[in-house]
Amino acid sequence: MAFIPHTRADVEEMLAAIGVANLDALFEEIPATLRAGELTGVPAALNEMQIGRLMRERAAQDGTPCCFIGAGAYEHHIPAAVWAVTTRGEFYTAYTPYQAEASQGTLQLLYEFQTMIAALTGMEVSNASLYDGASATGEACLMAVRANRKSTSRRILVPATLHPRYREVARAVAGQQGLAFEPVAYDPARGTIALDALDAAAAAGDVTALVVQQPNFFGGFEAVDALTDWAHAHDALLVAVVNPTSLGVLRSPGEWGARGADIVVGEGQPLGVPLSSGGPYFGFMTTRKEFVRHMPGRIVGRTLDSAGQEGYTLTLQAREQHIRRAKATSNICTNQGLLVTAATIYLSLMGAEGLERTASAAHARTRQLRDALVRIPGVRAAFDGPFFHETVLRLDRPAAPVLEALAADGILGGYDLARDYPELAPAILVCATETKTDSDIERYAAALERILTQAPHSTANP
Amino acid sequence: MAMREPTIFEYGAPGRGASDQWPTPGTDAVADIPPALRRERRPRLPEASELDVVRHFTRLSQRNFCIDTHFYPLGSCTMKYNPKACNQYAMLPEFLGRHPLAPAASSQGVLRCLHELQEILKTVTGMSAVSLVPMAGAQGEFAGVSMIRAYHRSRGDVARDEIVVPEAAHGTNPATATMCGFRVREIPVDADGDVDLAALRAAVGPRTAGIMLTNPSTLGVFERHIVEIEQIVHGAGGLLYYDGANLNAILGKVRPGDMGFDVIHMNLHKTFSTPHGGGGPGAGAVGVNERLAPFVPIPVVGEDGGSYRWLDEADRPQTIGRLSTFMGNVGVLLRAYIYVRMLGRDGMRAVGDHATLNANYLCVRLAALGFDPAYPSRRASHEFLITLKRQARQYEISAMDVAKRLLDLGFHAPTTYFPLIVPECLLIEPTETESKATLDAFAAAMARILEEMQNDRERLKSAPHATPVRRLDDVRAAKQLDLTWTGTPAGSPSASA
Repeated sequence: MAFIPHTRADVEEMLAAIGVANLDALFEEIPATLRAGELTGVPAALNEMQIGRLMRERAAQDGTPCCFIGAGAYEHHIPAAVWAVTTRGEFYTAYTPYQAEASQGTLQLLYEFQTMIAALTGMEVSNASLYDGASATGEACLMAVRANRKSTSRRILVPATLHPRYREVARAVAGQQGLAFEPVAYDPARGTIALDALDAAAAAGDVTALVVQQPNFFGGFEAVDALTDWAHAHDALLVAVVNPTSLGVLRSPGEWGARGADIVVGEGQPLGVPLSSGGPYFGFMTTRKEFVRHMPGRIVGRTLDSAGQEGYTLTLQAREQHIRRAKATSNICTNQGLLVTAATIYLSLMGAEGLERTASAAHARTRQLRDALVRIPGVRAAFDGPFFHETVLRLDRPAAPVLEALAADGILGGYDLARDYPELAPAILVCATETKTDSDIERYAAALERILTQAPHSTANP
Repeated sequence: MAMREPTIFEYGAPGRGASDQWPTPGTDAVADIPPALRRERRPRLPEASELDVVRHFTRLSQRNFCIDTHFYPLGSCTMKYNPKACNQYAMLPEFLGRHPLAPAASSQGVLRCLHELQEILKTVTGMSAVSLVPMAGAQGEFAGVSMIRAYHRSRGDVARDEIVVPEAAHGTNPATATMCGFRVREIPVDADGDVDLAALRAAVGPRTAGIMLTNPSTLGVFERHIVEIEQIVHGAGGLLYYDGANLNAILGKVRPGDMGFDVIHMNLHKTFSTPHGGGGPGAGAVGVNERLAPFVPIPVVGEDGGSYRWLDEADRPQTIGRLSTFMGNVGVLLRAYIYVRMLGRDGMRAVGDHATLNANYLCVRLAALGFDPAYPSRRASHEFLITLKRQARQYEISAMDVAKRLLDLGFHAPTTYFPLIVPECLLIEPTETESKATLDAFAAAMARILEEMQNDRERLKSAPHATPVRRLDDVRAAKQLDLTWTGTPAGSPSASA
């Protein structure tokens, strides 16, 4: 039987030691009426050769299209060493480091990760990761309610330039604890938070936190210094949602405004984690030292052992569910250890210079892509102003059939904004990273031009 | 004792780096980004060669216990073998490269795998709908309890603001109930490890939203009153939540849906053998019966005439919403899919059989050596509890000492001090993938420790001796926080962050 090592003789001997006649007798305490019948809905077993063939066929069916979609998940070069080391059994098949002495590898790695991500975001302390960027944003909102003693309203301002899925997830994760998520409109010319809309929100009562994504969902840059100072002037905390690659060139949230952001979260996927249909990824979270006890998730500390030597252990566990139960900061148990392993190795290989070059190259490729596409009749930039590695393009006809036609050419041309931002439609969010070449971009531009020069009706769904 | 492994920051030198991995620098590539937004100083990240990095992290890996190297009988965590095929075939380049927002037309392969996984999990649990979205067991719990809340609200039954939880439950259960806006009512278990039915009857009423139960329970025994519990809770208008942490015990033998549960989360990283990865990623798929089906978290995979697509709020308008940016941990789900296809229907049943066989065998072996099972009159499930209360009194040792000494003897320690209601306990879960020979070797190590309690107590009290570090000072770690590396040695006052 698959992965079960028992010989018939083993089973006999073990049953005899227990003092029962057969395996069924081990289940005698289960009421007979509850016993399951045949699991007819489960197919018969495949051996490894058979499942290998099946999975290769399924994978081949999906192919490897040329991808210009970002919208929260980004294709980057991943050094071979990252996953060669990450999939070592000692990382891959270990569990949460409850037995610290038997888990020093994972613990030291997490401590190094905390150091790197704190440095990158310009903050003092980091946890060992959360599930993904969206759920980390929800956790940050809950944390802001605990940490902001000056505000009792539980009102969280979530601008429309924050990733739409992050807004939905924050509402699902945190909404049952009495948090009120209030939208803030964006400036239609620039695609950034409208400052007068913020003032209107503040006039309606006190604000617990303002969430600012930089670069924002449209790829553009928010006025982070002014927004951070605005939040602090209104006794609100500033929750920054950042792309870690962008921090290779952008000023860190710790340096925003006069006092810096209070809580920083983001999606860790760009740091060496493959796209993988959306997960597993990891969320990161950093904050000021004064808020560390309000932070959810696992935290690793360096300490001494009984011989006075350096060692690492999980710490501040009094915040957590296995100790505090109903009063815990969150129900979260695990972090995303394996993905953090990949990210720590990735950041070690890239260093500050590699990350800066990656960010610069992604930015340059996106500018090149935008320039190539807006030359096509029927395509124009939606907003004024600079962007990082994504930007919004408006089309002269519905985007969905255009994207379908591109996909038929093996090009994933961008993310259709019709559902989330109907006022912008027809519009797409496009992204190019350092992985794209001149010929990839030329190929996209040529295909789009061909599709758009056909009569509009010919690209519509039949 | 092993040498200290320096931090990665201590490797390398200014100007060194794995430059083959970096894109070629462009000229003025970021000149159009306003200078006020740009960094003035680079962050302090490692400056190390590729070999430095590979060697450092390989050395770190060697400072871990893991399933590939050690028996890991961590109760309630189901540390079974993670088949290599599951990793290899989930990491085919097309799967790794697929963007989560790629259109359904170029995603039929992966969507079909996920749809088949949904169907298989429905069959195995006896539920009528499955959502694969939750990214961990705790998030599955959150989804499940959120659905219970949404169900009552959809019926205008808004007075139900309490969740009943047995005192032996995982800490996540009460924490989850709080996150969902409920009050927690803890109820006791009786001397044989079953839920105290009188206490349950007294606890339920018009304020009861539901009960969260693990069955087999965290005490390593099957809840024999499950039929009565179902009647009491449903009779009071509440729903039953099944914490699937212990599903491995009954895989193929009993289905939570048949026990009357309305909602279940499954820890795919336990029962379905996806790797624990040093603490994640997990996957906490949820299954529900008909009455909760409208509320499942989105997206789920739908099938129509052999073609697959994501179903979202347009198809499930009463959904509790989204819990992840995209679609949960698809890479983990593919590993679980490969595993269930390799097990097949007979393999499922064999899992429950042999996990239970191993636990009962090891329990009997340890009892024969003189250890005390916490529930001696009961059949063990896939795990069992022993209590060292007697030895602790007699020899002044603790469960922690035994756990640490096991590390020296080449075994990962069982879960210690959980559940909280059993003093000086070890919760031991061998899993079905361990051989009789391994269990015998573990029993021999426990026999040696028992002997050391009597004749070499100091060695036991000061364990571990053979690990890279000795017993760590947790109090110091919490009081003198040192959470980031600042270049100073551990223990120096300036090391504290």
